[in-house]
Amino acid sequence: MLTKRIIPCLDVKGGRVVKGIKFREHRDAGDPVELAAFYNQQGADELVFYDITASSDDRGIMREVVERTASQVFIPLTVGGGLRTVEDIRQMLEAGADKVSINTAAVLDPAFIARGAERFGSQCIVLGMDAKRVPGADPPRWEVFTHTGADGGHTAGIDAMEWAIQAVELGVGEIVVNSIDADGTKAGYDLELLRIISEAVTVPVVASGGAGTPEDLYQALVVGKADAVLAASIFHYGTYSIAETKQYLADKGIPVRKLIN
Amino acid sequence: MNLKDGDKVIAIIDYGAGNLRSVVNAVKSLGYQPEITSSPDDVLSARAVILPGVGAAADTMSNLDKLALVRPIRRFIAQNRPFLGICLGLQILLDGSEEGGWQECLGIFPGRVRKFPPGLKIPHMGWNQVKQRISHPVFEGVPDEANFYFVHSYYAEPEDKSLVAGETDYTIPFCSVIARGNLVATQFHPEKSGELGLKIYDNFIRLALGAGVNAD
Repeated sequence: MLTKRIIPCLDVKGGRVVKGIKFREHRDAGDPVELAAFYNQQGADELVFYDITASSDDRGIMREVVERTASQVFIPLTVGGGLRTVEDIRQMLEAGADKVSINTAAVLDPAFIARGAERFGSQCIVLGMDAKRVPGADPPRWEVFTHTGADGGHTAGIDAMEWAIQAVELGVGEIVVNSIDADGTKAGYDLELLRIISEAVTVPVVASGGAGTPEDLYQALVVGKADAVLAASIFHYGTYSIAETKQYLADKGIPVRKLIN
Repeated sequence: MNLKDGDKVIAIIDYGAGNLRSVVNAVKSLGYQPEITSSPDDVLSARAVILPGVGAAADTMSNLDKLALVRPIRRFIAQNRPFLGICLGLQILLDGSEEGGWQECLGIFPGRVRKFPPGLKIPHMGWNQVKQRISHPVFEGVPDEANFYFVHSYYAEPEDKSLVAGETDYTIPFCSVIARGNLVATQFHPEKSGELGLKIYDNFIRLALGAGVNAD
């Protein structure tokens, strides 16, 4: 049986890991390569590096971080943040990333997804979608936001579910659904958002934004119907280890990969 | 003989597959120095050949064809020399794939590559268990039903079920490891499957550099 994936996300700035609270007030939490190796030992199923500044200088530093990580950590690695061209994607894959996550560039130019998928295969093109609930909307709906790395971002004026469906048609192989409302709150994922996206698309959906406890991850997998869960601060600050999170999920009947020995 | 230093006996075929780097990293981490090559002569003179793969069957076949690698690979396998295929490197061993209509493949083994039935999340992406159907040196030290990392939308269905060394369940059971003599092929990515994945590479290379398995 396919197991549910637990994925620590490392926000990287200038080659160091940070974690934003609602995308702001970044705090340093360590060296990405060391953290990647640590999470691998703990039983992380994949890793995500998110380049939160993504200036051209930082891109070079990120490539070097990816190269060092990929030569010593043998689990899948996704890299996101500021990737705008097929050449940007190529460089990250060549450095050793297995997947790239694209966000703003895909919203501004949806054909970018198709170009990436055509060249490298759908399996390595992940759509990172930042969605914000439209206040008071009934039935509930969510809008896609772009440029969230910089200052909280702004609306793209697109419906999240429609965008997810379109992105799959264009060739993404996975969607990371990040709730802007929930991100950094540690109050749980936006389960309703997860569920409507997961039910609308045929590709795996990864929950992101809001994890505070192992129960939140459980809810995202069961109520939100996510195939995988992304979390940052609960792991970075040692609130919960990946091993105990997986044990919690296993005890509640969720199939997870356990480390042998 | 120290095979870990300088002997370019493990050839990893470079035909533009996206995961080449990962495969090279995995083999190097075990202390071996593989030769990365797209030359037919290098393939034919290698002690062992690793064929990585990710992406589309049509691209893979057309790239191998352009590089004149199809015949050397067929010949290498026909001679029961140590061969490891990864992901698409497993799928293209069969007659053909349903991917994009119909794509002729290497035809080493009768059978076809089929799309997963509707209703499943595609690609089949993540860690899933491999049930070991036979005892094989490549599984040495690998527990039965251990998890490995998969990412694929099509699966191999060889006609000869005795080729199936490992099987995995994604609503339907499918062939996740093929073994025949000194040929091993995995649908999963051992280079992305942590310590146990590296164990698969190590077992294969030891097999290749040692006595090997007699043809049956």
